Amino acid sequence: MVILLKILNLAVTLTAAPLLLGIIIRVKAWFAGRTGQPLLQPYYDIWKLLRKGTVYSVSTSWVFRAGPLVSLAVTLTAALLLPMGGLPAVFAFDGDFLVFVYLLGLLRFFMIVSALDTGSSFEGMGSSREAAFSALCEPALLIGLAAIAKITGHASLTPMAASLQPALWTAAGPAFVLVGFALIIVFLSENCRIPVDDPTTHLELTMIHEAMVLDHGGLDLGMLQYAAALKMWLLGLVLVGVVVPIHSGFLCLDTAATLLCMGLLAVLVGIVESSMARIRLLRIPPLLIGAAALSVLALVLVYR
Amino acid sequence: MSLFIGGFAIIFIGGLASLFCGRRGGLASLCGVLGTAAGSIAAIIPAFKVLFSGAAESVQIAWAVPFGSFCLRLDPLSAFFLIPILGLSSIAAVYGVEYLSSYQSRKNLGVPWFFYALLLVGMMLVVAAGNGLLFLIAWEIMSVASFFLVSFEYEKPAVRQAGLSYLIAMHIGTAFLILFFILLSSGTGSLDFDKIPMFPAAKANLLFLLAVVGFGTKAGFMPLHVWLPHAHPAAPSHVSAVMSGVMIKTGIYGLVRAAMLLGTPPAWWGWLLIMIGAVSGILGVLFALAQHDLKRLLAYHSVENIGIITIGLGVGLLGVHLHSPILAVLGFAGGLFHVLNHAVFKGLLFLCAGSVLHSSGTGCLDKLGGLIKRMPWTASAFLVGAAAISGLPPLNGFASEFLLYLGVFKNNGGDGLEMLVLALIVIGSLALIGGLALACFTKAFGIVFLGHPRSGAAQESHEAGVLMKLSMAVLACLCVLLGLLSPWVVRSAAYVIAAIAPLPMGQIEAELGCASSVLLGFVFVSLVFAIVLFGLTAVRCRLLKSRCVRQSVTWDCGYARPDSRMQYTATSFAQPITALFNVFLQTRKKFLPPEGLFPVRSSFETETPDLGERYLYLPLYRWICALFGKLQWLQHGRVQIYIFYIALTLWLLLMWKLM
Repeated sequence: MVILLKILNLAVTLTAAPLLLGIIIRVKAWFAGRTGQPLLQPYYDIWKLLRKGTVYSVSTSWVFRAGPLVSLAVTLTAALLLPMGGLPAVFAFDGDFLVFVYLLGLLRFFMIVSALDTGSSFEGMGSSREAAFSALCEPALLIGLAAIAKITGHASLTPMAASLQPALWTAAGPAFVLVGFALIIVFLSENCRIPVDDPTTHLELTMIHEAMVLDHGGLDLGMLQYAAALKMWLLGLVLVGVVVPIHSGFLCLDTAATLLCMGLLAVLVGIVESSMARIRLLRIPPLLIGAAALSVLALVLVYR
Repeated sequence: MSLFIGGFAIIFIGGLASLFCGRRGGLASLCGVLGTAAGSIAAIIPAFKVLFSGAAESVQIAWAVPFGSFCLRLDPLSAFFLIPILGLSSIAAVYGVEYLSSYQSRKNLGVPWFFYALLLVGMMLVVAAGNGLLFLIAWEIMSVASFFLVSFEYEKPAVRQAGLSYLIAMHIGTAFLILFFILLSSGTGSLDFDKIPMFPAAKANLLFLLAVVGFGTKAGFMPLHVWLPHAHPAAPSHVSAVMSGVMIKTGIYGLVRAAMLLGTPPAWWGWLLIMIGAVSGILGVLFALAQHDLKRLLAYHSVENIGIITIGLGVGLLGVHLHSPILAVLGFAGGLFHVLNHAVFKGLLFLCAGSVLHSSGTGCLDKLGGLIKRMPWTASAFLVGAAAISGLPPLNGFASEFLLYLGVFKNNGGDGLEMLVLALIVIGSLALIGGLALACFTKAFGIVFLGHPRSGAAQESHEAGVLMKLSMAVLACLCVLLGLLSPWVVRSAAYVIAAIAPLPMGQIEAELGCASSVLLGFVFVSLVFAIVLFGLTAVRCRLLKSRCVRQSVTWDCGYARPDSRMQYTATSFAQPITALFNVFLQTRKKFLPPEGLFPVRSSFETETPDLGERYLYLPLYRWICALFGKLQWLQHGRVQIYIFYIALTLWLLLMWKLM
């Protein structure tokens, strides 16, 4: 029975991940007064790309070809570590979120080196920014998770999410709010959304993630896009899982509520993207350090 | 123990033999490497035996020196440090054979091999010494031997400078250690480690501070690390690997040994080490980011990793003080495991850097590029080392950092300010170090091995020879193996931790068992990752077989003449981070802007001088210089006056004797 639930968790993650992107795009279209593309457009895009061949630059080596494979393998493996509402994670052990965070580090490592492999300055620029900003995200994410671990008394995501009773919120509400804000900033930054990065432009002065995948094409780009969608889903699951106290006792209800929260998160991202401009690159480090400061504050409140 | 002494003798004899056949370079290398390898194999057997059985072995040899006794003792702690020392030294020796062969026509190769053997013998003696005086002598042998190795290419002024600054830094450190041992013996008059009495708190505190400064100079704590960024680039690369991989760890060994001798630690010892560790770790990686030279960059990363190890030791000491077994065991286990891991991946990275230097003749990042095409083996090995040092799963660097994190995350030692500060410093600094190390090593790997060659030297580089490739491959495999075998490696540290921390064996084993089962989860995840990666690779291969795969140029914005100098450089890659942390780095920039309608020349230079050098050592030396300048009136250069000084001294001594 438990195994079935674990498989169900994995299946939902793998199929639903690109939907978040679809929702975000639809919300943005709605704000702009357009009809927008179909909700399932990201699926069509990925499917279209996955059926194509590829073009490789003559400058590149096996590292460039390994980039998309490692990205997808990392996100698929990381999906095994996250619970979803009532559905437990496939693997759960103390400190599993550390493995999760560092697996995302491995993804970033390969994205950066495969971007540098092309020898293009655009990709150098994107990867340099990615390296700098994600280095600042890491303390915010881990200190925030430390605060939650301290509140719940668990060091593993599945029991952490399971023990998140509404009563805990009344006891340590401010800490949850602070961690929630910190994790939203990390979520936006790690997934290259406004206000940190603009996923819709190809203007070299502003772009980070888009610049890094500039030379990937066809099948490889499809894999990268699916990996990026999965990464967004997984970070969203962490955010929803450790901050929102969904605990009705009914498995279906919990899971449905989590999925609903994921949808709301996508709507929130859409609203942020429609109502805000991308901030200047020089202002991004203070934003991320601010996120870390929120996490630190949460930890202070917890240990008070 | 006889095997240990036998191995010791074989290494020394091998060194002597290579000194005698020095003119015939090939033979000298053969003697050196055979002696090192055979001796290491012999000596590593008792080390493993002690580590797994927990029973210390010792031998006493007659030695008529005041305060001294030739007491060699292999306890689990010594054995634990002995294993990476012997392992890495023999692998690096194999590499050294080929690396040194290019100097064969110009230099006497017997000399570096002799000093290499002497360095190894010195390190063995340091960890096995059971007496303070013997320890100091071994310490000195190690320092002097490595000084001669650093100054191998003494005809270059920069190398002489580096060697000298290394020698001076080592002896400042040793001065503190001599003081440490004198104070240690002042109670009983004996320097045998097993006869050290318990000290009153004030004296123990003073002794601990002396040990931190003395051993910290060797280990490379900020700001005592100034010799590292000079000495590592100057030394031949296999020597850099040994120095950075294991020699600086003797400083850590000394610190742990000192803490053991001084009894129950007060809280502030732990805090001091955690602070030193966090500062060394963060500043080390920041300075590494600002470097332009590959080996200098790696040297700063040694400071960073020593920082991580020291955080572990600090957490462990704090755990002992707070009677929190989880903090004590996981802190020490994480720190010690990182000692082993750092030896492996830093050794590997220095060997790879050596191959780059060997084939292209330059370690300057901005002159390299695209080496993966010409040096695929070296590049792949460097990639493994870079991922390992950035603490990424599934490699070994992650496993040890994971233990440190876990200790803090699972510590339920109560609320309060103390635990808060601990969690903040450890988690915050480890997370930041991890992120910055990733930035630094993607920079190092990306700029050196990927893209297009930035100079002719990089264009003409070639792959390393068989022996060099072999030793790099062995270390790269060890990075993977130590990661995958981490649950079992950690269990083997039980006796070492029992020797350091006054905890019941059962409790230590229980905590380690817990850690090991958690690491098992990590290993499972790693294996799944490997399978998924393999599967995806196979699927893509199949899919692409029937599809159109074309080659083209990198997208260049329609520009007709892209040039390799248009690529991102190491400096530009690190710029967002170095600009953010400029408060600490204080990078000097020299910019010559293009002028006129048809600008001919323009240049941009950055230099990041070391913080410790600028604000600690330089003012200190200036002050000493000024002080001695005041005594200059004694010096006239006239023989008569000097004879007068001698006569005066003799007369004074006579008067003193008569009174």
